[in-house]
Amino acid sequence: MTPIYLDNNATTRVDPAVVEAMLPFFTEHFGNASSIHAFGSEVGKALKKARSQVQALLGAEHDSEIIFTSCGTESDSTAILSALKAQPDRNTVITTNVEHPAILTLCEWLEKEGYIVHKLKVDKKGRIDMDEYKSLLNDRVAVVSAMWANNETGTIFPVVEMAELAAAKGIMFHTDAVQAVGKIPIDLKNTKIDMLSLSGHKLHAPKGIGVLYLRRGCRFRPLLRGGHQERGRRAGTENSASIVALGMACELAQQKMDVENTEVRRLRDKLEKGILSQVTHCFPTGDVTNRLPNTSNIAFEYIEGEAILLLLNKMGIAGSSGSACTSGSLEPSHVMRAMGIPYTAAHGTIRFSLSVYNTEAEIDRVIEAVPPIVAQLRKLSPYWTDKGPATNPEAAFAPTYA
Amino acid sequence: MWEYSDKVREHFFNPRNSGPLEEANGIGDVGSIQCGDALRLMLKVEPETEIILDAHFQTFGCGSAIASSSALTEMVKGMTLDQALEVSNQNIADYLDGLPPEKMHCSVMGREALQAAIANYRGEEWSDDHEEGALICKCFAIDAVMIEDVVKANDLHTVEEVTFYTKAGGGCAACHEGIEEILAKVKAERAGPGEVSPPPACPATPEAPRPPSAKLTLVQKIKKIEEVLESVRPMLQRDHGDVELADVQGKKIYVHLKGACSGCMMEAATLGGIQQKMIETLGELVQVLPSSHMPVEA
Repeated sequence: MTPIYLDNNATTRVDPAVVEAMLPFFTEHFGNASSIHAFGSEVGKALKKARSQVQALLGAEHDSEIIFTSCGTESDSTAILSALKAQPDRNTVITTNVEHPAILTLCEWLEKEGYIVHKLKVDKKGRIDMDEYKSLLNDRVAVVSAMWANNETGTIFPVVEMAELAAAKGIMFHTDAVQAVGKIPIDLKNTKIDMLSLSGHKLHAPKGIGVLYLRRGCRFRPLLRGGHQERGRRAGTENSASIVALGMACELAQQKMDVENTEVRRLRDKLEKGILSQVTHCFPTGDVTNRLPNTSNIAFEYIEGEAILLLLNKMGIAGSSGSACTSGSLEPSHVMRAMGIPYTAAHGTIRFSLSVYNTEAEIDRVIEAVPPIVAQLRKLSPYWTDKGPATNPEAAFAPTYA
Repeated sequence: MWEYSDKVREHFFNPRNSGPLEEANGIGDVGSIQCGDALRLMLKVEPETEIILDAHFQTFGCGSAIASSSALTEMVKGMTLDQALEVSNQNIADYLDGLPPEKMHCSVMGREALQAAIANYRGEEWSDDHEEGALICKCFAIDAVMIEDVVKANDLHTVEEVTFYTKAGGGCAACHEGIEEILAKVKAERAGPGEVSPPPACPATPEAPRPPSAKLTLVQKIKKIEEVLESVRPMLQRDHGDVELADVQGKKIYVHLKGACSGCMMEAATLGGIQQKMIETLGELVQVLPSSHMPVEA
């Protein structure tokens, strides 16, 4: 039975055309782009092409606004630390409490260093309150950082509008768009977004390559200093094979943008409806009317996510979960807690994230596989009886300690 | 994904004795849905002999929680209650051929459910003093609550002291920042607003071994080294490994790791743990290295 991969928000397979494009850059085109000889200049040309391919997907005005980095996390750190360093009279960062750890962990560290961090709260569908946001914009804020789309639920933030509000107050705006790039259309030149992070391996390029988009004129301080690569804004010899790969992946993503928003969306909707119609006591999380076309996050009540994943894995189906056990932490996902998902459900959230490689037959197989798995685990659960959830789960199970 | 043993997988995919047990006369509930783990253990005990005739479980939790519950029911069937009370969480983990450090709490929950069920049968009150914090040291599975308690009880101030008392930080050393944060937090609490922290009154703690006053002869030193290796051997053997002394060259102690220990991912952590013990016992700084690092004789 061929395995079914529905964990594309975690990482994606590298497209065969992308592999083909990058391979010569390990062998015949191994040169250093900085070298004057022919070995180097071939690579230099390839990097230029890749830069313009990324520029096209992002709708950036200039190709020099594209800075290649090693990953999304590096881009995030570079953006926020640069904004603080370049504006020493500003000590505040505004972000949201559902960001990726690449932002949240950095912000926690900044707080320890004495900076002020405001984390916007979200409602039960994962949406921020724009009035709260507006009230926080003042001349002490160095940068606003809000994700374009949430990795767990796919919920999309109104970053274009948020960037305009920030710009009106003279505040820099950064967005972590690793989940959005390649899945929804982006046209940066017609926005006020100053900085954007993307990660190659989320859009069928390899791991170890990322981009920081930096609007021309935005004040900047590099994270890595050294050579003149990336116009001195990110020193270090270019990862040429991966840069070429990312360029190719961006071109393919642009070609497939329509498929992503029609066919992938249709399969996602079919999967979600198929599960919700068969399984009781489960619900989709996030803002289902405004989310990425490939993501469905379903909370199954009274069972635990890791157990669901292990049984899915046995059937050859790969998904992910926001349960505490999956990550080895004590609390379920911060995104689920931020949305106020009750504990009875937060531990049982499963994320299915599709790609253009998924087929109708695969989705049918998953729709068939999920209901018996949920039933099997509920049968084991002390919160569940033959007839459904114990009438008062908290009382039915009365532990000696909690 | 976790590295679960085949036995854990097997018990998870085919749990034994799951579901309610109608004739149960001892029931233990531990955990809660908030924590993401909840276990109900049901025992059927023969009153005359106190032998456990049957055991069932219901568990809300991850793969290892379900596997630990299943293993526990298999283990205790046929035991007397007194025998069952001897079952430790390590016994449960061993029965399953080990659990990842992040998952050891699943076996702890199993043991607690067992205590709670037996107390319930005997009509006793059972209360638990177990509190769990975020896992700090992954090499030795030590959590934040344990570190904080030990730091407070023993008035510790450095990472080295924490390692000495709890083992936390004695392996790969990646958690030293986390340990420093706990030390800083406790220090801030000690200072308290406008309060003078009382001088540490004669602490009721294990006395730190003092470095031996006289320098050891080589023979004495090797004897002590052998004692340390002897003391860690049961732990390694439980994981199907072993260790033996290869050579001592100045401050470098070379050991052969054998069986499952050789080439194990935890090799560095194991050597780190042994080194810590050596330093404590010998009262001097020494390095414990795998025998493969021994200089080749010219």
